[in-house]
Amino acid sequence: MKARQKRLLFVAFGILGVGVAALLAINALRSNIAYFFSPSQVVAQEAPANAVYRLGGLVVKDSLQRQPDGLTVTFDVTDQVETVRVRYTGILPDLFGEGQGVVTKGRMGPDGVFVAEEVLAKHDEAYMPPEVADSLKTAHAKGVSQAAEGAKQP
Amino acid sequence: MIPELGHFSLVLALALALIQATVPLIGSFIQRVPWMRQARALAWGQLLFSLIAMGCLLQAFLTDDFSVVYVATNSNSLLPEIYKVSALWGAHEGSLLLWATLLAAWGAAVATFSRNLPLPVVARVLSVMGMVGIGFLLFMLLTSNPFERIFPMPREGRDLNPLLQDPGLALHPPMLYMGYVGFSVAFAFAIAALIGGKLDAAWARWSRPWTTVAWIFLTLGIVLGSWWAYYELGWGGWWFWDPVENASFMPWLAGTALVHSLAVTEKRGAFKSWTVLLALFAFSLSLLGTFLVRSGVLTSVHAFATDPARGTFILVFLCVVIGGSLALYAWRAPAVSGGGRFELLSRESVLLANNLLLSLFTALVLFGTLAPLIYEAMGWGKISVGFPWFNTMFVATMPFLAFLLGVGPLTRWKQDEGERLVKLLWPAFLGASIAAVFGGIFTPLESEHWFLIPLGLGLAVWILIAHMLAIWDRLKHKSGLGALFRDFAGGGRSFYGMVIAHLGVAVFIVGVTLVSHFGIERDVRMSPGDVQEESGYQFHFLGVENHRGPNYMAARGHFQVTRDGELVAELWPEKRSYFTSAKPMTEAAIDWGFLRDLYVSLGEPVGDGDWAVRLYYKPFVRWIWLGGLLMALGGLITLTDRRYRVLAKSAGKRTT
Amino acid sequence: MKTSLRFLLPLGLFIGLAALLFYGLKLDPRKVPSPLVGKPVPQFVLPTLEDPDRTVSDADLRGKVSLVNVWASWCVSCRAEHAQLMRLSRTLKEVQIFGLNWKDRAEDALRMLRLSGNPYVVNAYDPENQVGIDWGVYGAPETFLVDQRGIICYKQIGPIGPDTWEQELAPWIDLKTRTCREPN
Repeated sequence: MKARQKRLLFVAFGILGVGVAALLAINALRSNIAYFFSPSQVVAQEAPANAVYRLGGLVVKDSLQRQPDGLTVTFDVTDQVETVRVRYTGILPDLFGEGQGVVTKGRMGPDGVFVAEEVLAKHDEAYMPPEVADSLKTAHAKGVSQAAEGAKQP
Repeated sequence: MIPELGHFSLVLALALALIQATVPLIGSFIQRVPWMRQARALAWGQLLFSLIAMGCLLQAFLTDDFSVVYVATNSNSLLPEIYKVSALWGAHEGSLLLWATLLAAWGAAVATFSRNLPLPVVARVLSVMGMVGIGFLLFMLLTSNPFERIFPMPREGRDLNPLLQDPGLALHPPMLYMGYVGFSVAFAFAIAALIGGKLDAAWARWSRPWTTVAWIFLTLGIVLGSWWAYYELGWGGWWFWDPVENASFMPWLAGTALVHSLAVTEKRGAFKSWTVLLALFAFSLSLLGTFLVRSGVLTSVHAFATDPARGTFILVFLCVVIGGSLALYAWRAPAVSGGGRFELLSRESVLLANNLLLSLFTALVLFGTLAPLIYEAMGWGKISVGFPWFNTMFVATMPFLAFLLGVGPLTRWKQDEGERLVKLLWPAFLGASIAAVFGGIFTPLESEHWFLIPLGLGLAVWILIAHMLAIWDRLKHKSGLGALFRDFAGGGRSFYGMVIAHLGVAVFIVGVTLVSHFGIERDVRMSPGDVQEESGYQFHFLGVENHRGPNYMAARGHFQVTRDGELVAELWPEKRSYFTSAKPMTEAAIDWGFLRDLYVSLGEPVGDGDWAVRLYYKPFVRWIWLGGLLMALGGLITLTDRRYRVLAKSAGKRTT
Repeated sequence: MKTSLRFLLPLGLFIGLAALLFYGLKLDPRKVPSPLVGKPVPQFVLPTLEDPDRTVSDADLRGKVSLVNVWASWCVSCRAEHAQLMRLSRTLKEVQIFGLNWKDRAEDALRMLRLSGNPYVVNAYDPENQVGIDWGVYGAPETFLVDQRGIICYKQIGPIGPDTWEQELAPWIDLKTRTCREPN
């Protein structure tokens, strides 16, 4: 009987622990996910005004401008229908280029310019087998650039 | 001709795998010794033909045979020879070939080192491995043939992805795959035991060394991958919680739990059905990882590099292997008797808690990795889970594990008294508290995670002192350093291996804590002649010159780093442009040190000869990988335990 | 009974996971709807690949149903679909196959056409991705089905094989009236 009670205690603790962990995990997830929107959705105001989200599309040709500080850039992202201007401070990923696909993560600024804290460039021009995925670092191989503040690890 | 030979070898390997999966298994049921005996020869045959196929592909690479699609897509006549070799596994088809070959190698190793095992067990284990082999060979032959030809033959190859042209990444996939595939041995042992209905301590003893070897390889593979990401991706991060990384981390977590649970099953006969389940999980997660990486399920709209046909094949294969094995488990495991009893406070309990925490964290990583898919399936929109979430989960679970890590080695099997443990462990607690206070002094209170530095340092010291105490407790009736060496040389290898692996965890914690909170990363604009001051170091930018490599052109920056007027390092970061892809590639320059790394990478030219430059100061970053290497070393030492090998032998004889 | 249920739990969880993964596989990431579908083709004027002094423009896409195929000699998947395009050019006289040679070198592209056949009525030469970007070209191969009025009906991302042709593209084409319409 005694052993049985202990077992029950163990199981109860286990279930409680897992339950609490799951609850915390899901709760934490809410504040850490970023939805994806296209420029059309952003212009149609479907994207949240005060939350971090991802904006993706093609970089419009000749839209890349560098501010005098040399580190801040602005460029336009389009889905061929609507265009949104993006501002980013930091070093752009290797694969970033005008006319190329890009995904940026950040929030909309008060001036209607999307302030990116992270820029990912993608470049699979020939829909080939995932050679980059192979290398283990898909998304980042494609050149994650990280705002300094976002790059903290535990 | 030679590529066709390679293709033909694969077909032969498949044929052998088919026989290996069936004949010895049937033989083990109808007790035909000659049928069972086939298993060993067949395993060797599979290895032989897989190696021939590898050799044929290698030959195509070395002779620049661009009529082979795989070579044309992943090589170039200018590619340095060494990368022509590593390009073998640089992309999908070739890495599958490597998978299949390593699987065959593990099979051959089991066939060779199982002389002391009962024949039916060997036959079943090799049959299960044959089944896994069928899956991979079929997958390769049906959807991803590395020997496929192309006409007309391109004049030049498209070159290996520049990111992969690196010694770290040349070695990384084989290591990782050795780990993934190695878990297939533990898996096969578990299935064989479930089939035979004999889940006893002997089973745990047989699978233990195999599991440890696989775990060592996986550990090394992950360390290499993380190190590569740090210096090659150009922004100094070492772990991203990217689905592809998680795919390798989940089997590692399950494998770590398995290594510990096997110890309990072997020594105390407890947790039997749980250990079997973990063995199934470790390999299932390896397969799942392969699926996630190969099918492109998770990369969603942002990657086009997917092939639904391949994804479907792997998923069906996954369902057969995992679903089948879990069904077998549900059918046979209830018959397994409960193991030795233990009290609430005992080493069994501590290890059980360790297993629960590791499994919980595995589940969380799996959940976070699949969350985008869950959201999309539920129609809640397209999301990505940021790595802060993973970091939070890590910080929420791992400190408990680190705490247990200090308690476990000192706790007695079966039953222990809390009072005894407190008496033993108080110096560790005291040391940890001092370290925590010390850490707290240096922490700016306004920083968001102010408690993490005291916590991390405290736990590291806790683990360190607790293990010193464990050694002292072990040797308290002897004296002197001589006793320590004798113990190490004698029967204590598995104990000291454990100590070293656990100290690796402490070293890892120190590295992660310090680099995360004291690391400095800055993007600046610099003109030639400029100086930037960073953490007591002066970075002098001398300018950028052009430089030609074998298959690329580079803009090469020149930096001098000084401290108190003395030259510390000269750094030459590069911005490369490969001839074939014309894509720029950042090559960071790092001055590495035991206590800190200085890291410089070139951004882009911003006009007037100025460059955007990234300057990093990374204290203790090497400790992260050092910790991983110590864990692997610890595993290696446990393998050399003499007592343990003798036991395995006698156990084998007893059951024969 | 209760204990054996416990042992079924892992299997149950896995079945849930497998269902999710099958669903995930069904979500074909290639089916990114192009915002251009249903709109007239973007205007362009480009030199032809065959003769740099001649030009082609969007006007050449009117009056007949066209397949606008974005390709390059460096793209292996394009070579894979080449055979299918050759077959179509022989059998499907109602449709003109129009090439957009993209981010390529003219000599390499011409060499490939010389060696493995030329399914295109004409090729626009776009080495700098000037026109590709207006068309929203992310990579090669991509194929646009353009109707006789010059309106884009369908966009195929990735190579066209016999299956994709039969299932995805062919249903759009009405051979009798030589027009495009939404398949039922």
